[in-house]
Amino acid sequence: MLLYIAKRTALGVIIVLLAVALLFCMIHLIPGDPARILLGPRATPELIAAMSARLGLDLPFPVQIMRFFANLLRGDLGMDVITNRPVVEIVVGQLPYTLWLIFLAILFAGLIGIPLGCYSALHRNTLFDRISGFVSVSFITTPSFVVALYALLIFAVALKWFPAVGAGDRGDFLDQAVHLVLPVFSIGLAWIGYLARLVRASMLEVMEESHIRTARAFGLAERRIIYHYALKLAILPTVSVIGVGMGFLLSSALLTEIVFARPGIGKLIYDSVITRNYPVVMGSVLVSTVLFVVSTTVSDLINAWLDPRTRATL
Amino acid sequence: MTEPLLAIRDLSVDYRIERGRLQALRHVNIDVPKGSIVGVVGESGCGKSTLISSIIRLLPHNASISNGQINFEGANLLDLSENEMRSIRGRRISVVYQDPMTSLNPVLSIEQQMRHIQYRDTTRRSAKLEKSLAMLESVGIADSRKRITQFPHEYSGGMLQRVSIAMALQAKPSLLIADEPTTALDATLEVQIIHLLKDIQAQFGCTILFISHHLGVIAELCDYVVVMYAGEVVEKGTVRDVFHRPAHPYTTKLLQCDPAGIQIKTRILPVIPGEIPDLVNLSGGCIFRSRCHLAESACETEIPPRREVAPGHAANCHRLPI
Repeated sequence: MLLYIAKRTALGVIIVLLAVALLFCMIHLIPGDPARILLGPRATPELIAAMSARLGLDLPFPVQIMRFFANLLRGDLGMDVITNRPVVEIVVGQLPYTLWLIFLAILFAGLIGIPLGCYSALHRNTLFDRISGFVSVSFITTPSFVVALYALLIFAVALKWFPAVGAGDRGDFLDQAVHLVLPVFSIGLAWIGYLARLVRASMLEVMEESHIRTARAFGLAERRIIYHYALKLAILPTVSVIGVGMGFLLSSALLTEIVFARPGIGKLIYDSVITRNYPVVMGSVLVSTVLFVVSTTVSDLINAWLDPRTRATL
Repeated sequence: MTEPLLAIRDLSVDYRIERGRLQALRHVNIDVPKGSIVGVVGESGCGKSTLISSIIRLLPHNASISNGQINFEGANLLDLSENEMRSIRGRRISVVYQDPMTSLNPVLSIEQQMRHIQYRDTTRRSAKLEKSLAMLESVGIADSRKRITQFPHEYSGGMLQRVSIAMALQAKPSLLIADEPTTALDATLEVQIIHLLKDIQAQFGCTILFISHHLGVIAELCDYVVVMYAGEVVEKGTVRDVFHRPAHPYTTKLLQCDPAGIQIKTRILPVIPGEIPDLVNLSGGCIFRSRCHLAESACETEIPPRREVAPGHAANCHRLPI
């Protein structure tokens, strides 16, 4: 297991480095001078040259990428061109909002979706299963920003149960938690449906497997068979999907953060793209990439912990 | 003869399928005397698996037992409640399934699986472990203390089938059902497993119901044999009687098809032409008539009765003398 953890983590680091290099190349290979775009159409050539020098764009490409990695190792992602604050500081300041949002959304979806899927699988083709299937598919097909808008209209505007915008006062835990309810609900809802369908399908598959028959032939209690023998296998694909899903949730978070006017990485990417704040775009996309790799690595490690067959591979 | 350990009486099992009612087992009678090894032989689809599932009452949801009794240790298993039945499974009757690679849970260690099935014992965990280790040793797994911590994928097929047998015998059941336990193994391992089962039978004194389509294995291992065809018992008797003086044309043909029994060198292996009849739309008459070279007019209309050809040797065929 330790060997697997070491190998998988090393792989994760390599993936991050490759992804960053690719990202850097892509931004530099697409046509258009970032300095010119940043300063707008009426910028003088002198201004553009000055900006290029400030961003290090006048240097040869290999030098640029070397410098970028060297700075990265020192934890330096450059300066925000508008406010002149370090990008790292900005990104790290916004990161917890998005992390909490994504983490709680997955937790919310998992706590409802996984039991729902299990129950549906074990009561296949009953009225409950059919209703749960219908509701799940409806949840999946409704975009998170639509849910967000309706949640705002119903629970914030009409019922006034929850605040509409912002993330709450810094340091006031309860206020922040109350502000998280509607955003978490909006992006978690689709995942409830998705996880329920996924768990149902894999549960049905596992319950048909030969070893479940063996467990029954030994007279094991049905509850033990379901939770110990079947669920441990049926949950494996779900763990992988959640790992990848964390990455997709970053993009759902973008829209949700805009609708609820919440701070966060999504909002940061949006704002910096609008203002063409190139180092901030680079920094926040970099952080999203790292988040994505970390979450898939963690889900692989959980899978390896659950499934001894995975440990043997890689 | 004393009361058999397991007596299946007139058992019929149906499956509800889209096309109608599939009659998988029809009026099956099988006796398993205490302390014996009884082989059930027949080609795929003859109802061997349905038979096992009926005995331990783990039939699929679309199956129903329409008729009969399964008497075991003084009770009709079909009358027991689900909880009573559960206390018999794994304790009085246990099963070794066909493919050991898929019939054990892949994400639980052998130790965990062997401990879980001892859930009825109130002994300590360490006592359960010792018992599991002793069982593994008795089926010939060396270095059991290390091997027990491993997972099924770390075992070879033959070793894993030994583990399955150890698990099945752990509670000292009075009846062990072996569902083609050697089909997934290669020939040398097959011999080893057969010897193991023989040893175990001598050591534990349990009764074995051995399901197989391999005639050689049945001849080697069993005392009695039951020949099944398309959901019916067509012939039964001692291994000696059935193999040396087969009375039913199906048994005769089955023996001719056994590659081990072929004397003359040939490029083409013999087969029984035709297929198992459709079990949904059954018309009266002998079930084997469409593939039987001896079929006559009575075979078309009348279901052949069971006839004793010798004491303890019976077959269902019109052509046998009354």
